[in-house]
Amino acid sequence: MIHLENINKTYNNGAPLHVLKGIDLTIEKGEFVSIMGASGSGKSTLLNILGILDNYDTGNYYLNGTLIKNLSETQAAEYRNKMIGFVFQSFNLISFKNALENVALPLYYQGISRKKRNLMAMEYLERLGLNEWALHMPNELSGGQKQRVAIARALVASPQLILADEPTGALDSTTSIEVMNILQEVNRNGMTMIIVTHAPDVAARTRKIIHIKDGLIGSIEVNSR
Amino acid sequence: MFDLDRWHEIWITITRNKMRSVLTAFGVFWGIFMLVVMSGAGYGLENGVKSGVEGFAENSAYFFTNVTTEAYKGFRKGRRWQFRNEDMDMLRAYIPELKYISPVIFQWKEDNNVVRGDKYGAYYVKGLNPEYNFIEPQSMLYGRYLNEIDIRDRRKVCVIGKKVYEEMFTKGENPLGHLLKVGGIYYRVIGVNEPITQVNIGGDPKESIILPFTVMQQTYNRGGELDCIALTAVEDVRIGKLEEKISGLLKARHSISPTDPMAIQSMNVEKQFRMFKMLFLGISILIWIVGLGTLLAGVVGVSNIMMVTVRERTREIGIRRALGAKPKSILMQIMYESLVLTALAGFWGLACGVGILSLVDNALGSVARDTFFRHPQIPFSMAILAAFVLLLSGVMAGIIPAWRALQVKAIDAIREE
Repeated sequence: MIHLENINKTYNNGAPLHVLKGIDLTIEKGEFVSIMGASGSGKSTLLNILGILDNYDTGNYYLNGTLIKNLSETQAAEYRNKMIGFVFQSFNLISFKNALENVALPLYYQGISRKKRNLMAMEYLERLGLNEWALHMPNELSGGQKQRVAIARALVASPQLILADEPTGALDSTTSIEVMNILQEVNRNGMTMIIVTHAPDVAARTRKIIHIKDGLIGSIEVNSR
Repeated sequence: MFDLDRWHEIWITITRNKMRSVLTAFGVFWGIFMLVVMSGAGYGLENGVKSGVEGFAENSAYFFTNVTTEAYKGFRKGRRWQFRNEDMDMLRAYIPELKYISPVIFQWKEDNNVVRGDKYGAYYVKGLNPEYNFIEPQSMLYGRYLNEIDIRDRRKVCVIGKKVYEEMFTKGENPLGHLLKVGGIYYRVIGVNEPITQVNIGGDPKESIILPFTVMQQTYNRGGELDCIALTAVEDVRIGKLEEKISGLLKARHSISPTDPMAIQSMNVEKQFRMFKMLFLGISILIWIVGLGTLLAGVVGVSNIMMVTVRERTREIGIRRALGAKPKSILMQIMYESLVLTALAGFWGLACGVGILSLVDNALGSVARDTFFRHPQIPFSMAILAAFVLLLSGVMAGIIPAWRALQVKAIDAIREE
């Protein structure tokens, strides 16, 4: 599913900063993985590379057998759209669109007709128990609801992979558990899921914890549970 | 092409900050409004002047005499001289390119030189021949213009201007055949004329009395003298080309030094017309420069605000890109937004401008027709051009902000602050 070979990444903002120093990693389809690490360890950079939001300097990244390297912006956008669903810490819903429209947005970029994509978006909102909130604006939703909308949005395009960046970072503990339950549920249905987190209890609910330290994979911990 | 969601989004972003959008749009509105109104005014002036000079023989010139400034053939300088009847015969004989030629004898308005019964007034008196009607054309309200027989037989007849008729006769009265005392001598009225053009030489034809020049020479003791010779050339010869030849012939006949620059004064109407045309061209160029300048200021305003919008929407653009928006889609979004804002404001300005011009035109319609300002409208072609300029400026205004939006990387935008 995901195959990283010796990924290197250096930022050149003033002094060159070697962030990723040769990452080798394989994640199989249907895995539920968390990435942990201290600030500056390179875990966000890794997530960006995995999400095709950023490019890397050397190495190879295969996503579902496709080499993701030196893509044009247009190609990258297409891959992101079709293969990857994002869940962010701060939800990143578009404020002037209601829940339904937010969920339908990835389908809009696939050129799916309005009627069809609204139907599909509604289906996912229903799955997440939000059908009553479909026409509400993001500022009328609670944090947990927002994150559920975001998860629906991540799922709607049937991606290969869900990348979640601190999905519970802005939520209280009860809602965090709720969101984690949903993510787990989604994973159980076969979705590959990678979560970047600081929180040990979030990481503990994944099956594999990858510790990043100073731009290298420190250790991989497998949760028996 | 027509994507409801896109338009919906454009509408939302424009209306989200209504005051700002309106103020920004006003810049463009004002630019196009000014362009239209000024152009309309320019056209109004041009139409006014054009319709004023309409009908006047364009390819014509007037020759006047002046004191000589060079001694020649035994004559001292400073000699006064006059054209004579024979000069016309000579010009006719020697210059085949002449179409019409008429003498003009002027008598300025004098104190109540015209009398009819208990009515009297002061009017210009001109001695002309029938061909003059082709140079400065008149429409006849009553009767006829001078004819060859009037000239040959020295009939004491006169053609009177519209104003003369109005003041010397009662309204609706048929003036034909009635006698009018001009400078102490009675003339029979054969016609009433009204000028077709607003241009006149030697006094307003409405306030003039036209006599056969042969008669006027007699009654005003002018012998064979003429004050002025008016002539036109055939269509394919520019009168300017003949001017020198005519002056040369006249000088030779009157023993005037060929190099005397002052003795003959000529007024080339064609040259004046050309000057007018250049003037209007200049005015319209100036209008476009000023109008486009104003519009440019508006466009810069739109561009500026779009930059702010892009900055404000950095995060949103980033989210969209993360969700799979292609650069083209982002580019189009911004471009369309700028285009819509500009076009909306611009077409509104165009409509208002044309509306104002229409109102002015209507208001002018009820005012006397001899104003030098008429039909201040812009031609359809110009409206099309203005619309095209608008769309172009909308695109222009969008280019830099759209480019800016393309620089937004998804990771920068969604990075937690």
